[in-house]
Amino acid sequence: MYLGEVIGTVVARRCIEGLEGQKLMLVQPLDENRQPRGAKEVAVDTVQAGPGDFVFLVGSREAALALKQSFVPVDAAIVGIIDDMHRTDAS
Amino acid sequence: MRICRVIGTVVATAHHPAYDGQKIMLVRQDSPAGEKAAPAFVAVDRVQAGPDDRVLVLTEGTGVRQLLGAEAGPIRSIIVGIIDDIDIERSHT
Repeated sequence: MYLGEVIGTVVARRCIEGLEGQKLMLVQPLDENRQPRGAKEVAVDTVQAGPGDFVFLVGSREAALALKQSFVPVDAAIVGIIDDMHRTDAS
Repeated sequence: MRICRVIGTVVATAHHPAYDGQKIMLVRQDSPAGEKAAPAFVAVDRVQAGPDDRVLVLTEGTGVRQLLGAEAGPIRSIIVGIIDDIDIERSHT
């Protein structure tokens, strides 16, 4: 799982079967210092996240397991909204 | 499995039900010699790891699903061991 920030929403009215009705968000993956890392991506939301939320996501096959129907064609899912992240290392 | 260092804890009140009661940690992959490598990621802790512990993290889907059994859900990385010692006899670096 990895860190990210929700930066927007995505609407796709015409989409493949199984993806209809899913809430899609635009996410910027972040590193441990909350700095942007890599390309923005689209993730399905399972926790009612909104733009500006600091979240963690699950990728690959497990992303589909986040949904009730487990064969939805998604490869990233928001699975938690982070209230607090406490760093325990010095850097 | 990857060798990682625990570098933080994560609190997420709103989470997917698969994470109910799970302790969530921020970990970063270490090389065996200890220098920093890839960006940090989030893992579920099953061994009561603590700050700065060097840990074994399982990041492969099938193994994770075997470990979680019926609870298998959107979880991809699990801390499965706390490393006491690593002994390197040969190095290619």
